[in-house]
Amino acid sequence: MGELLLELTGVTKTFPGVRALDDVRFTLKAGEVHALMGENGAGKSTFIKIITGVHKPDAGEMKIDGRNVRFNEPREAADAGIAAIYQHVTCYPDLSVTENIFVGHEIIDSRTKKLNWKRMRELSGQYLTQLGADVDPKAVMGTLSVARQQIVEIAKALSINARIIIMDEPTAALTRRESEELYRITLQLRDEGKGIIFISHRFEDMYRVAGRVTVLRDSRYIGTWNVDEISQDKLIYSMVGRELTQLYPSKRNGIGKEVFRCEGLSKTGYFADVGFSVNEGEIVALSGLVGAGRSEVCQAICGYWPFNAGRLYYQGKPVRPRSPGEAIALGIGYLPEDRQKQGLILDWSILRNITLSTLKQHSRAGVPLPVKERDTAHRLSNLLNVKRSSLQDFVSSLSGGNQQKVIVAKLLAGQLKFMMLDEPTKGVDVGAKHAIYEIMRDLTAQGIGILMVSSEMPEALGMSDRIIVMREGRVARVFDAAGTTQEEILRASMTARTEVIA
Amino acid sequence: MLINSIDPSGDSSPLAKGARSLLSRYSWEIMLLIILALTNALNFSISPYYKWGKLLDATNLFLDKGFLAMSMTLVILTGYIDISVASTVALSSVVMAVSYNAGAGVPMPLAMIICLLTGAACGALNGLILVKFSELAPMIVTLATQIIYRGIALIILEDKAAGKFPSWYPNLGWGYAGAFPIMMAAFFILFLVFAFLLHKTNYGRTVYAVGKNKLACRFSGINVDRIIFTNFTLNGLMAAVTALFLTSRMGSTRPNVANAYEMDVIAMVVLGGVSTAGGKGRMGGVLISIFIVGLLRYGLGLININTQVLMMVVGGLLVLAVAIPEMRLGSLVKGRRPTVPASAKT
Amino acid sequence: MTNTAPQRRPAILSRIRLDSFRELGLLLFIAALIIIVQMSNSAFLTPKNVSNLLTNTAIIAVLSVGMFVVILTGGIDLSIGANIAFTGMVVALHVAAVPTLHPLIAMLEGLAIGIVLGAIVGVLVAKVHVLPIIASLGMCYVFRGAVFLISGGKWVSAHQMPEGFKAIATGSTLWINNLVLIAIVVMLIAQYVLSSTRVGRRFYAVGSNADAARISGISGDRAVWLAYIVMGGLAGLAGVLWVAKFASAQPDTAIGYEVNIIAACVIGGVSINGGSGKVAGVLLGTMLIGIINNALPLISSVSEFSKSFIQGMIILGAVLLNTVVKRRGDWRVLAARHI
Repeated sequence: MGELLLELTGVTKTFPGVRALDDVRFTLKAGEVHALMGENGAGKSTFIKIITGVHKPDAGEMKIDGRNVRFNEPREAADAGIAAIYQHVTCYPDLSVTENIFVGHEIIDSRTKKLNWKRMRELSGQYLTQLGADVDPKAVMGTLSVARQQIVEIAKALSINARIIIMDEPTAALTRRESEELYRITLQLRDEGKGIIFISHRFEDMYRVAGRVTVLRDSRYIGTWNVDEISQDKLIYSMVGRELTQLYPSKRNGIGKEVFRCEGLSKTGYFADVGFSVNEGEIVALSGLVGAGRSEVCQAICGYWPFNAGRLYYQGKPVRPRSPGEAIALGIGYLPEDRQKQGLILDWSILRNITLSTLKQHSRAGVPLPVKERDTAHRLSNLLNVKRSSLQDFVSSLSGGNQQKVIVAKLLAGQLKFMMLDEPTKGVDVGAKHAIYEIMRDLTAQGIGILMVSSEMPEALGMSDRIIVMREGRVARVFDAAGTTQEEILRASMTARTEVIA
Repeated sequence: MLINSIDPSGDSSPLAKGARSLLSRYSWEIMLLIILALTNALNFSISPYYKWGKLLDATNLFLDKGFLAMSMTLVILTGYIDISVASTVALSSVVMAVSYNAGAGVPMPLAMIICLLTGAACGALNGLILVKFSELAPMIVTLATQIIYRGIALIILEDKAAGKFPSWYPNLGWGYAGAFPIMMAAFFILFLVFAFLLHKTNYGRTVYAVGKNKLACRFSGINVDRIIFTNFTLNGLMAAVTALFLTSRMGSTRPNVANAYEMDVIAMVVLGGVSTAGGKGRMGGVLISIFIVGLLRYGLGLININTQVLMMVVGGLLVLAVAIPEMRLGSLVKGRRPTVPASAKT
Repeated sequence: MTNTAPQRRPAILSRIRLDSFRELGLLLFIAALIIIVQMSNSAFLTPKNVSNLLTNTAIIAVLSVGMFVVILTGGIDLSIGANIAFTGMVVALHVAAVPTLHPLIAMLEGLAIGIVLGAIVGVLVAKVHVLPIIASLGMCYVFRGAVFLISGGKWVSAHQMPEGFKAIATGSTLWINNLVLIAIVVMLIAQYVLSSTRVGRRFYAVGSNADAARISGISGDRAVWLAYIVMGGLAGLAGVLWVAKFASAQPDTAIGYEVNIIAACVIGGVSINGGSGKVAGVLLGTMLIGIINNALPLISSVSEFSKSFIQGMIILGAVLLNTVVKRRGDWRVLAARHI
């Protein structure tokens, strides 16, 4: 481990009405991966934005190589060798990989004064090979998977000779295997002497790559530890500020009769011959790699996509909803993966969001009945413990976990017996995760069958009764959650197809 | 049961927020009313011919566009736009005139129904294309159908005019029902229908929702396509209603009738506080701005200001209506414009 | 990640194929159109008509390049018809009053006025953040009104214009008609700037992802503003060319002309959402629109009154066909995926 690359002390930042950072300190050494953890709203993003020059701190010092620096704009941070890879990749989808890498610092031929595309392509190829990635520099960025786009972003960091690389929840949208690839690259960069700040909600990320971990809570610095010195319980405690006895609440009900079954479900280019069943009171996890067709299967079942072949049975009767509306009317609900883009109307009130999909039952002759709407919204948001000051609050003012609860409340406003939850805990912090798991247990206790798409293996193992592993659009295997391990699931999602064990 | 979640959410007081939002809620309408009063004062000061007694008649001069502004509000609220409305007015008017006059000829009431059907069909075609080809920009599609609809009108009537309507027909545009002009009565009845539809029904609620977030609406089980299709069809139908009154007032029609109406209509809607990004705006504001645009034109017309210059005023007004709130907001938010895409963090 | 390659690779390949397919298809379509028109009227491919077609198309080409840049940034400019009329009128009044004015000065004057008008629209879009369609539609009518104010509603007609001025459109340099030459030069400059300079790539970057551009320290606002200035300048230039070619300046010159230009861009494969498109495609789209405009009056079975209907149908048809082809391509990629 090398010399001190980056040092921040006493960093404070206040936005109108909010203290976003309060006396935060942080150090980063060359050849180190330093994990930054904390719940949503703990101040991680603001902290990163100060390092990258997006925000200017109100107080505090920042040193690079022991010299004081102060950035007025992102450009200056980049010039100082700081690069950030954001959670939602900030690429140019219409442009080529090469151009994405070099945008903002294109190479200009000194003789012709033209952009030197040939040289830029060569260099891009070099960076990508250096990262061990098989990406064509001429490919159009928008046609690449998120994982590969992220690698291009890392190549971009190499192209500006960045010595400090910030990765903001890089694994959030990645599959297991893609995450492995990212770990490898991260460690490679570390060994080359770069300093890496790694932000993630996944404990596994931290254990796999980080040497030290710093925790922020409520805009404050809590502490820094060597990763091998701190237990997971202690880490959770420092992030949450109180003890979470058990992340996955235990099961408290039996399993009833079949509520949903599909057979031979196929959609050209996405999935083929998918069949499974879900029983009342059961949680079935749909696991596998991103891109294995899990979300598409759910979206086809709820009628969002048409599918080519297959049969659906709901409570034993054949059904075929042609739209999410028809699915909801039947009793089949789907909680989409991207809660902000697919789930909510952000600048609408909690109340209106909750009754959005059930307007019909909250109205007479096409005219909404405010009292009835209020009752439902009140009942459901209390049931799910949506933290709010009023039902009229915009959902944009809620935290990620509470936003997720509002979408669940919207689903519950219908009379559902089968719910598909697509990555229900993606991007929410530990405390909210626990709350969502509790809600799932409550739902199953009422006899609702749940299909949960999950990329986090501990979650699938901890919450579900059975685990369906999908691989490249087909069901690879079905496991009994009690009798399996992470290794077995991983093997099933990555290795060749095998027989379906029902 | 459920444990307390400990997410740190925003600390802004909802009560203060509520009060503030209630105050700011109607600020646009209040501002519009002031502009309306100023317009009136301006008109009185510049022309001796501008009298209260004449206002009733004057109103009829611009109410035809008002019909369109109502349905256009729905279209713009869903984040769409319809540039083909003026051509739809022309086509429905020409089809009505020709079906009444040509060859055997149909009775006038039937011709009027044909007019309404033509308009609705034009709108429905726009809606159908935009629903089936959802990746296309509404502006491009309606720009093309704008040329096509007027092109059909040109093919039908070439450079001739068509008139010779029954003697009772002009009453539609000129006549009175008691003390009220028929046209104005129709306008206010339809306005109430539209205001009720938009603000008091499930349909209206979903129109706003679609304007805010189409994808979330689809996943929430709302039939987004049906709403868009219905809005465009309604817009075409209202274009035909405009054609009915306009033709009645003019006594005859030509393929170039209602030229550039879309401009006034869009200006009325946007000035009325309807956001072109979708999901924001109310019928009341549109009503006031219909009168502002109309009376401004009328007043300036009285002092013999040329149509082109009138257009200039309307154009400037349109830009100002959008620019002013942007500027105010701009200075407020300047310091904390998101530097990471808004979606990147909550 | 290496293993996701096989299913992604076809997407890239087919995209490349699809792109060139679009231009090739357009070229074939244009060739077929030429043959059909020639068969129905042999006056089409005569030197006189071809040169007439080219000079008309030249003005469309100049404007299309400007519109291309604006659409690249994700915008649209509906004010160019009025811009043409305004610049044309100002310059025409000027040459009518000062017949000795050098044609080159007249052209520079048009360029300058156009730039000012474009800059106004640009400020509204880039700095005040008014939606492009609203800003340009509003300014379209403001400019139109201004034309009327300065002209008093009157025309400037052929006999008021000196021969030297009219020679801008009728004369030639290096055996090539001036208008065509100007269009070629504008196209070449556009090709160079858009593919080989930083400024050019900014237009693509901003149109592709404005937020990302901001993070990487690219001033998106400035690029957007510049796009409207370029458009304005070219529209101003086109205004002078227009007036010289038709030897008349009227308050309603080029009314509704922007539709032709937008159509040329869209047919040429420029994405209306910004961020993608090629100069070659724009050239082909321009040719198609130019040929349609020129050929329709020549076909005896087509009455002059059905011209705008056919025009509209071709624009709509091209846009829909474009979408269908793209969808088919996407579907093929999906079907090729091994599941």
